[in-house]
Amino acid sequence: MLEIREIWKTFNPGTVNEKQALRGVSLTLRDGDFCTVIGGNGAGKSTMLNAVAGTWTVDGGSISIGGVDVTHLPEYKRAPYIGRVFQDPMLGTAPTMQILENLALAARRGQRRGLRWGVTREEKGTYQEMLKKLDLGLEDRLTSKVGLLSGGQRQALTLLMASLKKPKLLLLDEHTAALDPKTAAKVLELSDRIVAESGLTTMMVTHNMKDAIQHGNRLIMMYDGRIVIDVSGEEKKKLTVSQLLELFNKVSGSDEADDKLLLS
Amino acid sequence: MLSFINALPGAVSQGLIWGIMAIGVYITYKVLDIADLTVDGSFCTGAAVFVMLFTTGTGLWPAMLAAVGAGMAAGLVTGLLHTFCGIPAILAGILTQLGLWSVNLAIMGMKSTVAINVTTSDMLDKLLVSLRFVQDVAKGTRPFYRHPILVVGLFSLALIGVLYWFFGTELGCSLRATGSNQSMARAQGINTDFIKVLGLMVSNGLVALSGALLAQFNSASEINMGRGAIVIGLAAVIIGQVLFGRIFRNFALKMLAVSIGAILYYIVIQAVLAMGLNANYLKLLSAAVVALFLSVPYWKGKYVHGPLKTGWAAKTGGVQKAGGAQHA
Repeated sequence: MLEIREIWKTFNPGTVNEKQALRGVSLTLRDGDFCTVIGGNGAGKSTMLNAVAGTWTVDGGSISIGGVDVTHLPEYKRAPYIGRVFQDPMLGTAPTMQILENLALAARRGQRRGLRWGVTREEKGTYQEMLKKLDLGLEDRLTSKVGLLSGGQRQALTLLMASLKKPKLLLLDEHTAALDPKTAAKVLELSDRIVAESGLTTMMVTHNMKDAIQHGNRLIMMYDGRIVIDVSGEEKKKLTVSQLLELFNKVSGSDEADDKLLLS
Repeated sequence: MLSFINALPGAVSQGLIWGIMAIGVYITYKVLDIADLTVDGSFCTGAAVFVMLFTTGTGLWPAMLAAVGAGMAAGLVTGLLHTFCGIPAILAGILTQLGLWSVNLAIMGMKSTVAINVTTSDMLDKLLVSLRFVQDVAKGTRPFYRHPILVVGLFSLALIGVLYWFFGTELGCSLRATGSNQSMARAQGINTDFIKVLGLMVSNGLVALSGALLAQFNSASEINMGRGAIVIGLAAVIIGQVLFGRIFRNFALKMLAVSIGAILYYIVIQAVLAMGLNANYLKLLSAAVVALFLSVPYWKGKYVHGPLKTGWAAKTGGVQKAGGAQHA
């Protein structure tokens, strides 16, 4: 479903702030894979996700989604294939627009937008049903501005929006990092449910090793712009946090990263 | 006082005409979140194109349509400078505005003023609005339905209706989404660059239309007529918001509030002039008023968070609410 081949990215080349964020990353996800991505700060997790989403183009290598080469497509042209939830709850929704309007925008993701109505009457009922399932009381607030919602409510809404029109690939970029533990757990549970319901191919970046082990069928760890650990299937099911740390120390050749990974 | 009352119908008509420009400013400044300074140039472009075509025999409506087209072209230039060339929006607008000064002069045949000959009635009767109609209706020599307040008022309502419909369509919704949150818009597959160019074109089309109407009202196009238009537009937007922000939640009503804001602005200007202010100080006055109103939300933000625990809190409660309405 997703094929990343040898992608490279350097930020601010030729300046003192030069940073090689991705150094030849390759990754293939099969249809229905749920892959968690961990790594320390600056390891390249979010950079890889942004490369796939098309926030900017990569310096080298290629990316294809469902057989379509998207390497040189701008962000908005990749949108038909990708559903996204960002780390910052502010980024995924339009705060000055209604819940209803946000959902209607998401329902038309990747479609031509013309002079038909932006929200139809039939849609309203469908969305109300969907919001009821979220169990956040949003079904009675269809016409409220999204700016009035809490961070957790917004992330839940963004998740719903990202999956409303079934994407080929769902990208979750530390989408629970800005939430309190209780809300984070709820949003994570909701993510699991949505992924399972539609069998979405998913990549989830997280800082939390336990979450990375508990969720999904595959786990990759990044270090210094490269994928250094890749476990899946039975092997991943048996993985523990301490094993994962040990594995990481072996690969990176140091143990200074322990604290960085555990504390972040 | 008497002169003020006599001048009132003219001031209201003029306010209504500038109100159409202010709605254009509202679309860029409030909906798209871009401060577009093209306005100062494209206003006169609309007037110049209209007057040149109309005085050489083109019909009223084709000439107005051409004016709108010219305004949209100006918006297109600013849009491309901003999106395709990566120039910050404010600077892109300033560049277009500066360039338009020469373009406008060229359109007017290198003359700073081109008048519409309204001494004979055959030309005058063809106009949609004119200051003379205000007097004629008062004297009874022209039917009441030609009164500029009625004509421009209905014209504005029709425009608001069309814009209300447009912002309810998929395309209009993408425009609002782009102004609200660009990263969200792009994640939904919206080409935000295209949308920004489109918004700037629609906005400057309205601004040019307003210019074409003012040229008719004053029976002339003048190279400096658009100078400071952006400030008048902002003043109208802010006055409308301050007065009606809490009661007008619907999008169409918000545009109506902008139009009313422009009328009030011109009534105030007329009052100040009637009190004997030298007209040359008007621009300074406008700038000061707009600067004051733009700083109010900032000051409010500073005060409302500070002394909450003191007895002050009860009193500032009302202020806080007004601040909230401003953001809506």
